[in-house]
Amino acid sequence: MIINSKNMTHRMLNEKIRSGVRNGDRKIILKNINGQRYIASGLKSEVNIKINGTAGNDLGSFMSGPKITVYGNAQDCIANTMNAGKIVIHGSVGDVLGYGMRGGKVFVRDDAGYRVGIHMKSYKEMIPIIVIGGSVGDFFAEYMAGGIIILLGLDDTKEIVGDFIGTGMHGGTVYIRGNINKNRLGREVDSVEFDDNDKKIVNEYLTEFCRDFNLNQKNLVNQKFTKFKALNSRPYGTIYAY
Amino acid sequence: MKTLTFPDFVINRDNEKCIQCEVCVRQCAFDAHTLDKETNKVETDIKKCVGCLRCATMCPTGALCVSEYSQKIRKNCNWNEKQLKELYKQAETGGVLLTGMGTDKDYKIIWDHILLDAAQVTNPSIDPLREPMELRTYLGSKPSKIDFRFDISDLKLKNLQKGILKTKLPPQLKIETPILFSAMSYGAISLNVCRALAQAAEECGIYYNTGEGGLHKDLYKYSKNTIVQVASGRFGVNPDYFEAAAAVEIKIGQGAKPGIGGHLPGEKVTEEISQTRMIPSGTDALSPAPHHDIYSIEDLSQLIYSLKEATEYKKPISVKVAAVHNIAAIASGIVRAGADIVAIDGIRGGTGAAPTRIRDNVGIPIELAIASVDSRLREEGIRNRASIIAAGGFRNSGDVVKAITLGADAVYIGTAALVAMGCHLCQKCYTGKCNWGIATQDPYLVKRLNPDIAARRLINLIKAWSHEIKEIMGGMGINAIESLRGNRLRLRGFDLHDNELKILDIKPAGESL
Repeated sequence: MIINSKNMTHRMLNEKIRSGVRNGDRKIILKNINGQRYIASGLKSEVNIKINGTAGNDLGSFMSGPKITVYGNAQDCIANTMNAGKIVIHGSVGDVLGYGMRGGKVFVRDDAGYRVGIHMKSYKEMIPIIVIGGSVGDFFAEYMAGGIIILLGLDDTKEIVGDFIGTGMHGGTVYIRGNINKNRLGREVDSVEFDDNDKKIVNEYLTEFCRDFNLNQKNLVNQKFTKFKALNSRPYGTIYAY
Repeated sequence: MKTLTFPDFVINRDNEKCIQCEVCVRQCAFDAHTLDKETNKVETDIKKCVGCLRCATMCPTGALCVSEYSQKIRKNCNWNEKQLKELYKQAETGGVLLTGMGTDKDYKIIWDHILLDAAQVTNPSIDPLREPMELRTYLGSKPSKIDFRFDISDLKLKNLQKGILKTKLPPQLKIETPILFSAMSYGAISLNVCRALAQAAEECGIYYNTGEGGLHKDLYKYSKNTIVQVASGRFGVNPDYFEAAAAVEIKIGQGAKPGIGGHLPGEKVTEEISQTRMIPSGTDALSPAPHHDIYSIEDLSQLIYSLKEATEYKKPISVKVAAVHNIAAIASGIVRAGADIVAIDGIRGGTGAAPTRIRDNVGIPIELAIASVDSRLREEGIRNRASIIAAGGFRNSGDVVKAITLGADAVYIGTAALVAMGCHLCQKCYTGKCNWGIATQDPYLVKRLNPDIAARRLINLIKAWSHEIKEIMGGMGINAIESLRGNRLRLRGFDLHDNELKILDIKPAGESL
């Protein structure tokens, strides 16, 4: 199904997408998307959605299952509390990417803004994954409680990450390419050894990332990554008098 | 470090009545009672007593009596015993004081200074035992006008009177009585307590609120009577969670800790809680204030509409905030942001864990908040666009009637519901050791609360309050809760100062119309 989204409100657009899904459409192409918000919000389906244009705020929020590819940039709060599925963005995204994400994957070819992957969670087989090809802003992985974020910083001319990495983090893993100055870190995280198992994990997602964006993975093989974990699963446990 | 603090309670054991059965030993999770293996006698350490009265209640021979510790510090109105104990504790631990339940500070309770009217001679009262009395109401956004048509092809008078509604109404929550169970999360309270609340809500035709801790699979079947919460920690939020609910509430704040996020102490994050919330077990479940995607009314609107899209506009979206100084303007913003319900929690609202200083000092009483919000929304001509649920220390049906008469659509009760199930307000919810099996995840303690019996107690409470509300309404000559709402002429203030009367917009007692 092809939907020409020109002059369409988010409500009309989502109604069309949902009715397409109800009618058994497995592939939906959205044309002329120009900042419409909430695309595929709360959608429970394995549908494949291709978006041409700039996707608006809350793309894929709460969704469970769809595979969304954006040929363009996306705005704020992408993958908000996403449960399952995949979002691939051929461009950059705004702030608060993957807030409270619970599962599925988000791949961003270029940059992301502040507060990427905050409150990400995981339980057993539910492990959300974010891979970002470019750089990110401050408060990266703040309050992170689970999942994996891989930050590649492929544009060497830019600062790869902002300040306060992993403030309040109490679970999950962050991999950043290269070395990171300690003064960038929040108080609750530190770098730990990047071992062979980590290498396997990173390579697995890198292969998928490179395939999705048609990048040459050879340039990334054997690059050095730094792994970050929370120092303590209970960062604020000691500040109270019981 | 030797503690300088002294006990809160003393436990008197009548040795003539005590049969050394060890019930008290098993009942106390705080270890106030222990069995001395050498002497084979039950020993009591009053320093550990939290005053929950579990042992005294369960003692088969009535041998135990818990009372206040009688040795007092030198009398001092400024530096009283509570202040000293808190100072000692902080000097000994260096910690932020943590507490549970609503504030116990001696603030003026305005409900007790508001008097209700009754009909005498000039307008008749109604006997609710023999005449119909309508407590049913609907929560949600109401259109500013409705269009309807009559089916003139059917000339039977009965059908003509019915009319057919043409306006598509926004989604509504139907409640049989204007009382709902306030948000209490699975994690803060046990699954059995959640079950009891859900069962009671179902039987009473009202709603319970999951709080922000997600929803256990066992409770999905109560979806028709469930309000689910979305807070900054986003625990357990997914499309199934929305499907298992009649409405979704965005939690911005709560009365016991305005400006402070949710905080479930690691002691209560067991394996099952860790699964529901998807966080490591033993960690503190943090729901910080603020939501890091909400920095303005516009951002709130974005989350409201994100949830509306996710629920296909079929479910009302509520926004819960703490009653703070600027509450009228805040509520106006929330309504304009698209919320169908505004829930406001006053300073006496309860909690499973809050910093004592925040709980006892931040926010405003719910009485003033209801009045100022209702007035403001009416002045702005947007009162119909959202219902108001008031929360924060409703103790009895009299408080409920006064709240509705001030302008609320319904109330949330939390503490009163917990007390109905056995809570004795010891304020130790944050320890996870609740001897009454309510605010705990310890399997040994959890099984003390039978969900069926607890549900029965809740149903009884709602039934009793509903009867009382009908009695009060009947006395006023009012036969529908809708006619009571915002009917402030039927209230009088007693022993309130001018500013309070002005904000409440009620006349002083003794002043006629």
